[in-house]
Amino acid sequence: MTGPPSTSRSNAHFSAGRIGAMVLRYTYILRGSWPRIVELAYWPLMQVVLWGFISKFLATNSSWVAQGAGVLIGAVLLWDVLFRAQLGFSISFLEEMWSRNLANLFVSPLRPYEFVAALTLMSLIRTLIGVVPAAFLAILFYSYSVFDLGLPLVAFFFLLLMMGWAMGLVITALIMRFGLGAESLAWIAIFALAPLSGVFYPVSILPDWLQAVSWTLPSTYVFEGMRAVIFDGTVRFDHLLRALALDIVYIAAGGAYFLHIFHVSRRKGLLMGIGE
Amino acid sequence: MHDRPKGENPVPQKSAPAPSIAVHDLTKSYGATKSYDAVKAVDGISFTIAPGETAALLGANGAGKTTTIAMLTGLLIPDSGTITVLGEDMARHRYRVLGRINLSSPYIDLPRRLTVEENLTVFARLYGVENISRRIEELAEELNMGNLLRRPSGTLSAGQRSRMALAKALINRPEVLFLDEPTASLDPDTADRIRTYLAAYQARENATIFLASHNMVEVERMCTTVMIMKDGRIERSGSPRQLIEQTGRSTLEEVFLDIVRECAAQ
Repeated sequence: MTGPPSTSRSNAHFSAGRIGAMVLRYTYILRGSWPRIVELAYWPLMQVVLWGFISKFLATNSSWVAQGAGVLIGAVLLWDVLFRAQLGFSISFLEEMWSRNLANLFVSPLRPYEFVAALTLMSLIRTLIGVVPAAFLAILFYSYSVFDLGLPLVAFFFLLLMMGWAMGLVITALIMRFGLGAESLAWIAIFALAPLSGVFYPVSILPDWLQAVSWTLPSTYVFEGMRAVIFDGTVRFDHLLRALALDIVYIAAGGAYFLHIFHVSRRKGLLMGIGE
Repeated sequence: MHDRPKGENPVPQKSAPAPSIAVHDLTKSYGATKSYDAVKAVDGISFTIAPGETAALLGANGAGKTTTIAMLTGLLIPDSGTITVLGEDMARHRYRVLGRINLSSPYIDLPRRLTVEENLTVFARLYGVENISRRIEELAEELNMGNLLRRPSGTLSAGQRSRMALAKALINRPEVLFLDEPTASLDPDTADRIRTYLAAYQARENATIFLASHNMVEVERMCTTVMIMKDGRIERSGSPRQLIEQTGRSTLEEVFLDIVRECAAQ
């Protein structure tokens, strides 16, 4: 070799530089494509418009909705946090599958957990781009501010983000293992949890056996907690703590599954599109 | 390069420099399914490549070349055998090596929505390259792609994409460069320039180049060592001249065709 070494930090077990490189890569995609940014905000905006009118109608026809102004819009916005968090994680991963770039990434010093960290950061960015404009639209059109939930809103937001990341880890692992044939999971898997999470209604209306399943989801505690704030003006810290505990368990399990499938992919030649 | 019989340990002689690549009894099968029996892609190969050497894997489609390169770069886990690159066991310490090697392959691609410059910037950051702008400018000049930097990768021709992939593979000044079909999509003039550039790069950096190619002229010109694979095994190895002399043929292509057709006849 001639001259000084041209690289640094390559051997570090955890490198913010490499995570930053991946975030930059996804930022380039967003920056270079305005339809992608519009798409991020479009669906949450339409949801708020739709549920805003439904809320206005029900407020005059339903005592339950009338008592809790904005309960449905709040639920829509928080549901979108969960959906966008999961989708933002999975879509960034899919970008690598679509561009056949995984092998380039993993022949570099990038560690799988650094890759996951970058996907997580992009999930946060994409969720904020999607949900924040919708929240302001609700203020403008319906005089409902989700920010009136106060500090619990921050907790709800991060608890749902974490659940979205846990789901994203499992979904991306499945896509890595089974290829783009499993791509639709990124869009549809989360909707299986909507009826169980009690997004728009109390969990108590579910059959007993389904309630038991429902209480295993962090999202259930968040939506029940949101209704407690709106209807009773109380913050259910027990709900927040249980949701946090479940999130930690699910993220740990999802991370372990992702790393396991990464190893399987290296054994089967899936990263390079060769092999089984 | 030294091809070793099975069971012999990859211990270099005291006077010889440590090999850049040492492979011992490497095997890889792709698992059986309900429809297919297991396929033995690589079947007990062993070899060493010295620093500064250019070695080529030749073989018909499906001979095991890409599988071998994937294992050497850590993308694929072997069933058995050992791989040492730059003195590090790839099974246990590949992250000590990955920043010092790089790969270009037609089986992988770079994001098409990013410009060439954006792609190179991302990979320069992943490899921890210092003074990224200067390094990209150097590569753009050396690979004659200065006018391509601002273009989205998806708008490039196949040949331009090959040059971009090569630039990515050189971004960290790798000590070992793995190239799968490096000039396959290039016109003869550009391919010749690339070969000249790679030879100069190797001489300047004392880098090891390990390539898989179907271009016999390219292999004869660039490589000090050639290994011809068939059915996952290294059937013959040596310098291009040695192989030609051993077989009584006049070109490496004739040697290659003899082996491949012998395989087909069997």
